[in-house]
Parts: sequence; structure tokens; C-alpha cells
Amino acid sequence: MLQLKVNGQTHELDIDPDTPLLWALRDHLHLHGTKYGCGTGLCGSCTVHVDDRAVRACLLSVSAVSGKTVTTIEGLGSGSGVVQQAWRELEVPQCGYCQPGMIMASVALLRENPSPTNADIAAAITNICRCGTYNRVRQAILAAARKGEASDA
Amino acid sequence: MPEFKLTRRAFLVQSAVAGGGLLVGFHLPAARSLLAAEPAAAVATDQQPVEVNAWIVIQPDDTVVIRVARSEMGQGIFTALPMLVAEELGCDWNRVRAEYVSANDNLRRNQVFQSMSTGGSRSIRGSQEYLRTAGAVARELLVTAASRKWGVAVDDCRVNNSIITHTASGRTLGFGAVAAEAATLKPPEAVFLKEPEEWQLLGTPVPRLDTPDKIAGKPVFGTDVEVPGMLHAAIHACPVFGGRLKGFDAAAIEKRPGVVKVVGLEDAVAVVAESWWQAQQALLALPVTWDEAGHGQVDDAQIRADLEAGLETDQAVTVAVHGKPEAAQSAAEQQVEATFFAPYLAHATMEPMTATAAVHDDGRVEVWVPTQNATASLEAAARTAGVDPLRVEVHNTQLGGGFGRRGANQDYTIQAVQIAMAVGRPVKLMWSREEDTQHDFYRPVSMARLKATLNREGRLSGLTVRIAAPSIMTSLGMKANDGHDPFALQGLSDPFYALPAYRAEYALRTLHVPIGFWRSVNHSQNAYFREHFLDQVARVAGQDPYAFRLGLLKEAPKQRAVLEAAAEHAGWGTPLPAKTWRGIAVETAFGSHCAQVVELRLEDDNRFKLLRVVCAIDTGHVVNPDTIAAQMESGITYGLTAALFGEITIGRGRVEQGNFDDYPMLTLRDMPEVETHLVPSGDFWGGVGEPPLPPVAPALCNALYAATGRPIHSLPLSKHGLHPV
Repeated sequence: MLQLKVNGQTHELDIDPDTPLLWALRDHLHLHGTKYGCGTGLCGSCTVHVDDRAVRACLLSVSAVSGKTVTTIEGLGSGSGVVQQAWRELEVPQCGYCQPGMIMASVALLRENPSPTNADIAAAITNICRCGTYNRVRQAILAAARKGEASDA
Repeated sequence: MPEFKLTRRAFLVQSAVAGGGLLVGFHLPAARSLLAAEPAAAVATDQQPVEVNAWIVIQPDDTVVIRVARSEMGQGIFTALPMLVAEELGCDWNRVRAEYVSANDNLRRNQVFQSMSTGGSRSIRGSQEYLRTAGAVARELLVTAASRKWGVAVDDCRVNNSIITHTASGRTLGFGAVAAEAATLKPPEAVFLKEPEEWQLLGTPVPRLDTPDKIAGKPVFGTDVEVPGMLHAAIHACPVFGGRLKGFDAAAIEKRPGVVKVVGLEDAVAVVAESWWQAQQALLALPVTWDEAGHGQVDDAQIRADLEAGLETDQAVTVAVHGKPEAAQSAAEQQVEATFFAPYLAHATMEPMTATAAVHDDGRVEVWVPTQNATASLEAAARTAGVDPLRVEVHNTQLGGGFGRRGANQDYTIQAVQIAMAVGRPVKLMWSREEDTQHDFYRPVSMARLKATLNREGRLSGLTVRIAAPSIMTSLGMKANDGHDPFALQGLSDPFYALPAYRAEYALRTLHVPIGFWRSVNHSQNAYFREHFLDQVARVAGQDPYAFRLGLLKEAPKQRAVLEAAAEHAGWGTPLPAKTWRGIAVETAFGSHCAQVVELRLEDDNRFKLLRVVCAIDTGHVVNPDTIAAQMESGITYGLTAALFGEITIGRGRVEQGNFDDYPMLTLRDMPEVETHLVPSGDFWGGVGEPPLPPVAPALCNALYAATGRPIHSLPLSKHGLHPV
């Protein structure tokens, strides 16, 4: 039995410890917000937080995160976060498939670096979006950073 | 047209609530089937939702449900189509909910929802008239119902924000209060549609209806479907196209945890397991043998030789000709000739191909599919299961991208039904990324030879173009009559440039790689060929590429207008910083006109920084300006990705790429600024999803050509060692 703490809830999972976190989340915990895109850590559609840092869940075995805290897009709440609101105001999503990963990567970036430059964003956000939402993603991160600073002040 | 005006005025006198506008008679097939909605089914009590007509359901709380027959794949159609209905209906947009129509209902109700095919940037231009008409008819019925309730004249009532008001008394009724009555009334013979200047919703940046769910990870994509008792399937099709499954050693993997069954199909093998990861891991370990059907040695060199033979053959067909291009060649002061190559490209939707199927004991079949054409999915499922199409229900899921991959070809839906039948339980099939890259219907590989002639004044006196490429029509099993395929010469068969002499030819090649509709179809290569070649011709003529094009666009005001807008906003002709260069291109595609200027900075001989793309588009009317801007960003990203990196190569009969490491994508780091300028000329309805793509590759190549003096004779740029920084 593996213990997995996801979005504040602890789950007991009787699965192969080599199962990637992505598939534990999707097929065993039925949390479908985290997406499969490549299975090789290249696209970022499966980005989640492990102990508040952005990681790609397709590469990480479920045993490697046992005892750690996992947060998925479902754990961000129903869309009221600063980043999600910036996403909404700038109408970032198109098809939406890569967006949970984009949002998770962006939340983690802003946590580490509350006022990122364009270069910081370009270095941190390596997720692939085939709809081409990149410029709006960047603008939304900058907008969320401004709002974050304002609320801190 | 005086008669029209008289008619219009007469109608206005009779019915003030109709407002001014275009009279739409119901002689049109579109409108007739609108009337074919089943009024009996629409009768309901005040406590239940009421179908006023096929497109509009009103709930007792005044919520208006607007049905959408086209698929949302990111292009914003789930918002744009309801906007068209709501504009005429006069409803409160904040209480609009969009919902997919059912392909089964459409079949059962004699195609009342018209086409469900989502492609060719056709959703708005193909359905705007019947959707606006549906809104206008429903409004008429609701007002009539309210006026009867009050015993007043229809003309004395007005509609705004889902409220019907009797002007004189100030009495009001909500849509929900009169919907049941309205649904029993006979629809009017004709209605007026609003003039564009009367629009309140259309032309405004209405927030997308799907955004709130999409920022919270809530939408159910094809890969997210779960049905009771479901198993997961991973699949591997014969890596050589056209090949067949010969055998597999199921015993090698059957004992693995979670594995339920190995299913052999004609050209593929699938592993069914309790979870997808288990299925995929077992599949990777499964020994399989294939019959390669004689294609196992085909490679790029052979394909290239076939295309080159197409450039020389005397079997090509002339698709368009005017003037005397051959005479222009013999009389020419100067000739310019170039040969170009454009590779196969995969769609690489973020969500790989997937479908879930349940074949029930009573013969009913259900499929859950991210599809660009639910009707095609339904037919494919029915055919595969051998049941009456009326016994099939298609549940449209959200699409993780489409770009032409999920329409005509329902290969993944067919596989899901076959596997579900073989295991006797519902199955969710999902392809791995590698499977998706290696079993696409690719953008056709293509070669082009262009020849231009210049007269003594340096003016273009003639142009010939020959395309050698496989035919999408024949690949899809349709007949390409006498070697013609209307897709093959998109952008070349009806030139908007004023060319004194012109000939366009097509040499249809037959290759074993499956091809299909890739975003903007053959405009994507053909615009690159033509627009990049024109820059080379302009250089020989000693002219600025922008001025050279303007000289050829005197009879083409719309193309000229977008070209001027893009040039003006990009500051064409104004000095640039050191090592910074511009390129320009224009194309008419899918009913819209689009011009772009790409600006880049050369960092060294092989590397450049993409600075910005200035885009001007004329879509005729504008439904949602922010969605159009987003689609410009989208098409430009997709087109840049292809021009920079995109290439599917063939070796040993199979695709040599598999994942994003060897089929790379543009990411945020390399994304230029995109500046969109809408220049709607207002007298037509143009497409949005595809038109921004074709100009970007030639505009980029033209900027590099300006910078280096070297034309780009084949794509992608990475093959020439040219990379963004």
C-alpha cells in the first residue's frame, strides 16, 4: 500500500510503485485535470506541484512522491486564484488541454519569483501549447504578478 | 434594388419589433429544416424546458440553452455560434448556456441541425444565416405569445435582454413565462435579420463561455471519459503504412498485472488493461510481427524522386490558364525560376487520438469522442458495429486540439468500437504520443516549380506554377477526376494577383503515406511557394517586395487593403535597427484575406530572434474580435512551428519521428509578439481558424531572404541550420 497525499487528502493505493504519478492521479484517483501529452517530460501537460514545486507527473513514480504533498489543478479551487483570474481576464485558453499544466507551472513560478521578467518567464514556462496561447500566458503571468504585488502591499 | 427596399419598408410598417434588416425567406433549404422542428415535442408545461425551435431551449428560469452543432476545439465556436443566435433572439447573454447537439438527434430529426462537420474554417460562414434566422424566428414567436397573453398588438411590444415589454403599459414578461405558448405557434413565413449596424452582441469581445471551466481543469476531454465497467486500451498499428498484422505472442504479456486481453485487428494490435499505463507498458513488451505489404523499403529519397518526376512529367493537368504564359516566356527580358519542397507534417494535437466505446447487449452503441464531425463518428461506429446508425449515440467531448485530424478520418473511433466488441466491455482507447505522430493523416509532401517572366519595364508578364504532390481526395477514397484535386492547388488555381499570363498545373503523385486535412490544407505550402517566389522575382525586378505586390493588386482591393494595413502597422519602409529585417506576405484562404509582416533580428549566420508578427485580416463581418485575435496568434504559432521545425520523414516505409524531441514545437521562449489588426470590409463572412496560417511561413522566409540574400528552397528552416535564438 502506498500513501499518496493529493490536494489535502491522503489516499491508500494498491498499485505498482513504478506507476507514474500521472496515471495514479488519472486512472486511480480519477483526477483528470492533469493531462497526458508526451509521457517523456517534454510537453508539461502533466505539470503538478510536489511540495510546492512544479514537476512533470509523467516521469515521477508514485513511490517517489509517497509522503510528499501533491497539488493538482483541482487543488487550486474552482478558479478564483490570482493566476486563474488573470487567465480568465486575458482569455488565455483555447482548446484548454495544456492549460492545467500551464497554470500549475505559472503558479509555481510566481511562488518562487513573485515578479518575473519576460526572460524569467521564457526560461520557466517550457510547456507546449499547440493552440499558440504563449503570448497570453506570458501576459497573464505578468498580470498575476502585478496583482500579487498589489495584494501584498 | 428598389423592389427590395419597398418590401423592406412594408414589412417594417407591419412589425416594428422585427427591426430593420435582411428579409430571409423560408424557401432556403436551411430555413426549411428549421421549420421541420417537431412542434409536438416542443409543447411543454411552464415547469419544463421548452424547445422553441431546434436551436433554442428556454428554461422556466429564463436560461436560454443554445445548441451548437460544430465542435469546440479551441477556436471559440462554442461562444461564437450562440452569439449569432442570441443577437437575433434578444436574450440576456448572461443567461445563455451552450450545449452540443446530438448526432443521433440530428439523424433522427432529418438533419434539423444541418452539418456537424467542423473544418475548412466553415462554422460561422456555413451556418450564420440559419442560426441568426432561428434566433429571429424564436423572438417573433415569443413576442407573439406575450402579445396574445396581454391581448395587445405584436407591434406594441419590444424585446431586450430576455424581457418582452408592452411599451404603452410597461408590462413585462420574461422569455420563460411565454416559451411554452410560443412553441405552439406557427412560425412566421419570413423574418428580418438585423443590419450589422444594429448588432449589439456581434462584433464585441464577449468572454468565452468555456473559459471558467478551462482554467479549473474541469472540461471532459476524450481522454477524461469514464464509463462504468470501462477498461483501458493502448494500441500499436503497423508502423509501415498499408501493412497488416501478421502475429503476436500474447502469452508473453498476458500474466502482467492488470492486463485483460490482447486484441488483434487487421492492421494493429491493442492491449486492454485495468489502467492505461499497464496497457501501454505491456504493449511495449509485446512481440509483434507485421506484413509490410511491400512498402517496407520506401524512404524519403524515393518520395523525393517521385515528386521530381512529377515536375517533369507530361501527364500533369492544367488547372488554370489565362493569357499566353509560354509566349511570355519566349518574349521575356528576364526569367526567374525556382523549385521548392514542403515536407509531410503531423497535426500533433496536444490530446492524442482517443475514443471510448460501449457496445451494449441490446445492440445499442455509444461512443465518446473528441470529434470534428460527430456525424462521421456516428457513421463510423455504426458501420464498425454493424448496427443501424439510429442505434448509435455519439457523446461529443471537448477536443484537445483538432487542426483537421479529427474530422474525415475516424480511424481511432473505429478501433475503439472494434476493441470494445472484442472484449465485451466498454473500452477507452488512447494512443501514445508516438502512435499519434506515426499514424497521422499528414499534410501532403509537395514540390513546386515556378517560373516568372519580366518584360523590359521590369513588370511581371507571366507566371507558371506546377505542383507535384499526392492528392488528399484520393487518399480519403474520393475520386480525383482526371487527375484534378481542388485542394492541391489551393491559392494557385484562382490567383488574385493581376497576372497578364498564367498557368497552373498539377501532377498527382501516388505515395503510400496517408495524407489529410492539416490546418489551412494546401494553402500552407502553396502560399509559401508563391509568396516566397514573388520576393525573388521582385528582387530580380529591382523592386521592393511590398511595392511589387501592390503593383499586382490594383484589381484586388481586399487583398490590397490587408497588405497595406499590415505594412503600415509594421512601419514598412521605415528604418530598422541594425541586423533587423522584415518580410511580408498575403493570402486569401477560407473566405478571408490575411497579410502579415514578420520582423526578426539576425544574431549570427544561423540564428535569429523572432521579434514580432504584424497581422491584418479582413474576415468581412466580425463576430468576436478577441477570438479572432486569439486565432491569429494560434494560426501564426502553428505556421511558425512548421516553418521552423516541422518535418515528418519516411524511412523503411515508416515515420521516423515519434515524440516532441524529434518533432519539436515552438514554445513560449521563441514566440514573437503578435499584433493583430482587424480590417473588416463588412460584406461577407470569412473564416478565422485557418487564414492566419498561410502567410507566416513566406513572410518569415522573406525576412530571412532580405537578411541573407539566400532564398529558402525547402522547409523547415532547421534543415538549413537556421534556428531561432
